Amino acid sequence: MLSYIKRKLSESDSGSNNSNSNSNSTAAADLVRKTSQMSLDNGAIAYGEDALLHELGYRNATDLQETIYDLLRTIRDPEKPCTLEDLNVIYEDGIFVMQPTRSNVSVVRIEFNPTVPHCSLATLIGLCIRVKVERGLPHNIKLDIYIKKGAHQTEEEINKQINDKERIAAAMENPNLRELVENCIKEEE
Amino acid sequence: MGRLILEHTLQGHKGRIWGVAWHPKGNSFASCGEDKAIRIWSLSGNTWTTKTILSDGHKRTIREVRWSPCGEYLASASFDATTAIWSKHECTATLEGHENEVKSVSWSRSGGLLATCSRDKSVWIWEVAGDDEFECAAVLNAHSQDVKRVVWHPTKEILASASYDNTIKMFAESALDSDWDCTATLSSHTSTVWSIDFDAEGERLVSCSDDATLKIWRAYHPGNEAGIATPDKTTVWKCVCTLSGQHSRAIYDVSWCKLTGLIASACGDDGIRIFKECNDSKRDEPSFELLTGEESAHEQDVNAVEWNPVNAGQLISCSDDGTIKLWKLQE
Repeated sequence: MLSYIKRKLSESDSGSNNSNSNSNSTAAADLVRKTSQMSLDNGAIAYGEDALLHELGYRNATDLQETIYDLLRTIRDPEKPCTLEDLNVIYEDGIFVMQPTRSNVSVVRIEFNPTVPHCSLATLIGLCIRVKVERGLPHNIKLDIYIKKGAHQTEEEINKQINDKERIAAAMENPNLRELVENCIKEEE
Repeated sequence: MGRLILEHTLQGHKGRIWGVAWHPKGNSFASCGEDKAIRIWSLSGNTWTTKTILSDGHKRTIREVRWSPCGEYLASASFDATTAIWSKHECTATLEGHENEVKSVSWSRSGGLLATCSRDKSVWIWEVAGDDEFECAAVLNAHSQDVKRVVWHPTKEILASASYDNTIKMFAESALDSDWDCTATLSSHTSTVWSIDFDAEGERLVSCSDDATLKIWRAYHPGNEAGIATPDKTTVWKCVCTLSGQHSRAIYDVSWCKLTGLIASACGDDGIRIFKECNDSKRDEPSFELLTGEESAHEQDVNAVEWNPVNAGQLISCSDDGTIKLWKLQE
């Protein structure tokens, strides 16, 4: 892997003599940037997404999935004295590690299953999931949160609302809503 | 082939920065965000520094700031449901009326009108009645959802608004009864329209959306050469170009440079991209190409971009990562 990158680097170096030097030096800088982001010393050959996960300290996609699940399973249901794990609102198979952005940031899709199809608290649960993950991970992540297909009467409406960052920001400035979220995501002593 | 060169990275705000706005003279700008403060920056020597911090005007996030065309006033829209007007570093008026978060504010070309919009689904038009006096001239309830952005036409008293209901609407004062009416609804996006901007002449509009596309719209006036029907002798806006595939997440802002005709976009994938109209672009079927892009322009979502109105090729951006960046396009 390293030799391949070196070869690519030297290719772009030698190519910088031609008229199109601008784009070549950009490509070289890009490669340097990419290689500096990879952990090349840990033995495993890391490509694309795995390289990013290794850089963030995860063994693989399953490791990131499990880390997120661990953050989510203890969220308390807004009404019942149970966790989202107890109620099967959250489940490990509902966490999908997607292809990272071109800027190399992890993208994770989280699906949840409201207990009843008219659950009035689905929006609040979506908000709790987002806040818990964003606070709990030490790195940037792009989160897409969705209700399990067919699990809610106003599924599309809720999906749109819980992925609108402006509405989320405003909701978290509402003292009552914020308190509800904080109570649900508070870690048990 | 162009390139975006990063000139400055500025820190100062605490937390997410939602908006940046160039002063009409292009030598200073204002910024705002979740720290509820407005910062006014200007160049001293080779560095941009905060000259003034306007705080105590708002109780919640400040979503957007806009300078009046004369450059004397600054308007700020906040999640606290108010819009504040600032003059010489003092808050001189607070506009109340929206039921909840004000998302955007815009001054008309003459500076005589102000528009605001909110999650309460309404768009308000305010008349500047005196130095510190603003009278509500209209409350427009045409949208069925949250209104994200209002922008005035660059020369006429026509207002455009973008919404969570996936549409853009145009408003104008009726010559008959001087009521403000919705004159056009632009439908084509498949999710929230986050932002819009007119070109220099105001004959075209660019929009950006949560559906990860940019769209270009053209005005067809009654009797237009293209033969586009204009029912009731009202201008029709038609989507003439869709740019898809370049953005991988929601696009939060778009700026159409009035000097160069270039379009800049701010994306939730952390990127800033610059689009240029192709040389063989057709009037009724225009084509645009990606001139250059910076995939990792910021460390988190880019919330706003704006071209400098005087200094061609200078671009400002702000992000959830808490920084403001100044860029120079090298063509």
